[in-house]
Amino acid sequence: MGIRFSLAAVVALVLAVFLGIKAAGLTYFFGVCVPYAAILAFVGGVVYKVLKWRRSPVPFRIATTAGQQKSLPWIKQDRLENPVTKKEVVGRMLLEVFLFRSLFRNTKFQMDQGPKLYYQWEKWLWLAGLLFHYAFFIILVRHLRFFTNSLPFFVEPLERLDGFLQVGLPGVYITDALFIVAVTYLFIRRIVIPQMRYMSLPADYFPLLLLLTIGVTGIMTRYFTKVDLLKVKQLAMSLVTFNPIVPEGIGVIFFIHLFLVSILLAYFPFSKLMHAGGVFLSPTRNQPNDSRIVRHINPWNYPVKVHTYAEYEDHFREKMVEAGLPVEKELPAEATTPQAGKE
Amino acid sequence: MSIESILLHKKKLFLQTWLELLLSGYPPETVRLLKKETNQFANPVGHAFSSAMDQVCAEFLQDNDPQKMAPLLDRILRIRAIQEFSPSQSLAFIFSLKRVVRELLKDETAGGQVGGSELAEFESKVDELGLLAFDVYMRCREDLFEVRIKEIKNRTNRLLHRAQIIAEIPERKAEEE
Amino acid sequence: MAKVPKPNELVIDHRLPGTGWMDTPVVFRPGNFSYPGKAKNLQAVGLPNPREWSPTDEDWKLPPNWKQIILEGLRERLDKYRSLRLFMDICVRCGACADKCHFYLGSGDPKNMPVLRAELLRSVYRKDFTLAGKIMGKMAGARKLTEDVIKEWFMYFFQCTECRRCSLFCPYGIDTAEITIIGRELLNLIGCNIDWVVGPVANCYNNGNHLGIQPHAFKDMIEFFVDEIEAVNGIRVEPTFNRKGAEILFVTPSGDVFADPGTYTLMGYLMLFHEIGLDYTWSTYASEGGNFGLFTSHEMMKRLNAKMYAEAKRLGVKYIIGGECGHMWRVINQYMDTMNGPADFLEVPVSPITGTRFDNAQSTKMIHIVEFTADLIKNGKLKLDPSRNDNLIMTYHDSCNTSRGMGFLEEPRYVLKNVVNNFYEMPPNTIREQTFCCGSGSGLNNDEFMEMRMRGGLPRANAVQYVHDKHGVNAMSCICAIDRAVLTASMNYWVPDVTIYGIHELVGNALVMEGEQERTTDLRGEPLPGMEDAENEDI
Repeated sequence: MGIRFSLAAVVALVLAVFLGIKAAGLTYFFGVCVPYAAILAFVGGVVYKVLKWRRSPVPFRIATTAGQQKSLPWIKQDRLENPVTKKEVVGRMLLEVFLFRSLFRNTKFQMDQGPKLYYQWEKWLWLAGLLFHYAFFIILVRHLRFFTNSLPFFVEPLERLDGFLQVGLPGVYITDALFIVAVTYLFIRRIVIPQMRYMSLPADYFPLLLLLTIGVTGIMTRYFTKVDLLKVKQLAMSLVTFNPIVPEGIGVIFFIHLFLVSILLAYFPFSKLMHAGGVFLSPTRNQPNDSRIVRHINPWNYPVKVHTYAEYEDHFREKMVEAGLPVEKELPAEATTPQAGKE
Repeated sequence: MSIESILLHKKKLFLQTWLELLLSGYPPETVRLLKKETNQFANPVGHAFSSAMDQVCAEFLQDNDPQKMAPLLDRILRIRAIQEFSPSQSLAFIFSLKRVVRELLKDETAGGQVGGSELAEFESKVDELGLLAFDVYMRCREDLFEVRIKEIKNRTNRLLHRAQIIAEIPERKAEEE
Repeated sequence: MAKVPKPNELVIDHRLPGTGWMDTPVVFRPGNFSYPGKAKNLQAVGLPNPREWSPTDEDWKLPPNWKQIILEGLRERLDKYRSLRLFMDICVRCGACADKCHFYLGSGDPKNMPVLRAELLRSVYRKDFTLAGKIMGKMAGARKLTEDVIKEWFMYFFQCTECRRCSLFCPYGIDTAEITIIGRELLNLIGCNIDWVVGPVANCYNNGNHLGIQPHAFKDMIEFFVDEIEAVNGIRVEPTFNRKGAEILFVTPSGDVFADPGTYTLMGYLMLFHEIGLDYTWSTYASEGGNFGLFTSHEMMKRLNAKMYAEAKRLGVKYIIGGECGHMWRVINQYMDTMNGPADFLEVPVSPITGTRFDNAQSTKMIHIVEFTADLIKNGKLKLDPSRNDNLIMTYHDSCNTSRGMGFLEEPRYVLKNVVNNFYEMPPNTIREQTFCCGSGSGLNNDEFMEMRMRGGLPRANAVQYVHDKHGVNAMSCICAIDRAVLTASMNYWVPDVTIYGIHELVGNALVMEGEQERTTDLRGEPLPGMEDAENEDI
């Protein structure tokens, strides 16, 4: 049901823009209003969400330790897996954010018959995840071409690297292919593996389908319908300079692409896609394991009812005295039992 | 050809069908895990099932020695005995073996290579396996209850001793003092 | 118990279940749940809604405004814990955690996949705290809070041992233990908890320890071990109790005092402290290292933990040493100082024997006995004869809490390798930070839950079986009181030839004490290797 719902949602979105452009000619609406609204929703949403997260304090140091702690000087600490200093925490976070360290842990150790040991390659999820995110990132950087007059220095070498296969005209970018492959893998995985299917929600299928459609329409504009890049750049620059003009003659496929990107942006802060921001705030990863070294302060720490020693002694004094345990307050003289000491 | 040798010939299919029967009591999400994963440590149940079933098959079709069979069945039933199955569900996979075999030998019975008496004989062998499995299963359940009792004892043993609720005959006289 | 199944129920059904997880209600059967908290225990510590009830009842006798209590409670905790707020929002359901849970691996119940365990709470969060959930309902993964949801929570939050193994593999560090802790906290608001947790909590609060052992009996028990040690090697150790002016306060889980085989570990502590002449004291008031408050609520954890510092202050000790325990050390390492500190009345721990300053505990002022002993051994202060443990072929089980909540991995191994000669590790994806839970942690070590515990214990047992078959391993050591008790049960069922030891029991065995008589038995009264014939001779 989740898949059908998500698919229907994406199809409806595509149809909406198709009809809007073809039948109603709403190029200004889809070319200007929607992107502006989307950017607004994205920025506003992300800021709102991060502020909301940050408003909740971190009462305890609950780092998940994944290696040897800092202890006696002759025991080697695992600095990246069990960080104590800020620098070590940054190191751990870098590994987490750029290399998906935790996901990479997903190796499986295999020892079948005999003493031969080997590791099973169980990292498809890690690989697909990593490829998807990096491909997406590089594609985004490539799009900078549309938004700036003077290209940032790193864009051109990146493009050259990306297109080094030199196949076809215009040259095929590897990241385009990787992006589609990775997203498709992530989608199929959800459908094929029963466990994944069981746990997946519409909110899991929808972004994947959306991304896939964005990828496909993007590729179509570049390789097949050959949209007029100069006009697209004109539109993009006009948006950036807050002087929006929609040039005539941009194909509908481009508008679909742009609209779906807008939807993605607007959807982002209110969905699981916010994991991108959340990972930086995750208390089990971004805290040092130093809670025996430095006292962590809980801002809402409040006094609680405890059973004090005085109450305890009042309750047990007689028995304690009898057993020869030291007490703070002696028993009144007449209360002492005569047969103390024997059971 | 005897039924056993025919089945040995088709061992892979035989094993696969039988394993499927064993796993069919689990939710489909889990069956996938149990089937796919052969890693002994990441997926102990799946590994135990597939490797033990393999050996059970081989033993059953060849020597069928109860002495050797019992520990093999133990590997499977020890797990079944503590999962959410009734005893009958836990052992059903053995009896459904009859159905598997009839299905697998359809051609042979139709072609007359396997006769009714051979089939009956084979089926009584399955019954024997079922009885053996019953013993093994009960042993596991008894073990479980024993574990429970032992744990309760361990938990308070010292206290009972100390409270002198339990009297014990000393093994030797203490010489001190 | 189980009804007689009709023949067609035994026939195999290959269809997918018609209902998704949200619409599949839970069924409580003997063996898959723990008994509910008794009213008197709830009353003893002032927990809400004390009553007699059972999970198998249709009516759980929840307070009339239970829904409001839960939602208010959830709102309050979302504002208090960034972990909860974040973990409710950022899960992408990638499935990396799914097959990491020992309960899922052992039971095959898909709701035991950590991601779904968290979704049980998330679905309610979405319905009442997110816009998408309010508008789109089920399509946004939201569902209404009903009594069935509460029952499901009760089932699955008390089928999680808070071991954090899944958290290790999560790309965003989502910690199911955190979800379970808060889930249980919410359930506690309406009086849904288990007696195996509430009972020890009530006892610990009022009497000082989980079993409710009174002060004189506590002292008596320890003195009983003094006799036992004397019977082994003729040395009479002299522990003191509630003694003001001692240099060190020693606190260990009470399981070590009353439950076999933890008791032998405790004998090891006594012998070690005697041999090095440590100036320390036991306390009958703070006679519990364990803290089942952690399995109840943050507040209860704080209430129980408070005794340690309070007692240290009253007795005027310099610092505290803690015994071998798992969740006790999660509390000490990650919560104690924050909750009940600052411990400015204590001093930075310095070993009186070696002079080593434990800077890694400079704020908490509490050190783990294994780090203390490791330091003694490293500095050559102990005379050890590991051959006394030569009948043991040893492996080591890392406890979840000390591994993933602390990173206490090398210290125990160092001590172990100095007191035993035969040591083999279990396979790498089952030890150290990837260690499998014993299957009975977080207050689930009760006997009515035995079947579920055996399921959860299977992944660990399976790894033990492997080294048993391969290297002939016949003993496993650990540094956790719950482990010592429950792994014994788990091994009895899965790998009966393997016996469980605490590290300091092995230290006690190997320790060559000054002036001791020749030993013929180990601390359990079993003949030492090579002494099998001497058993019946006089000591």
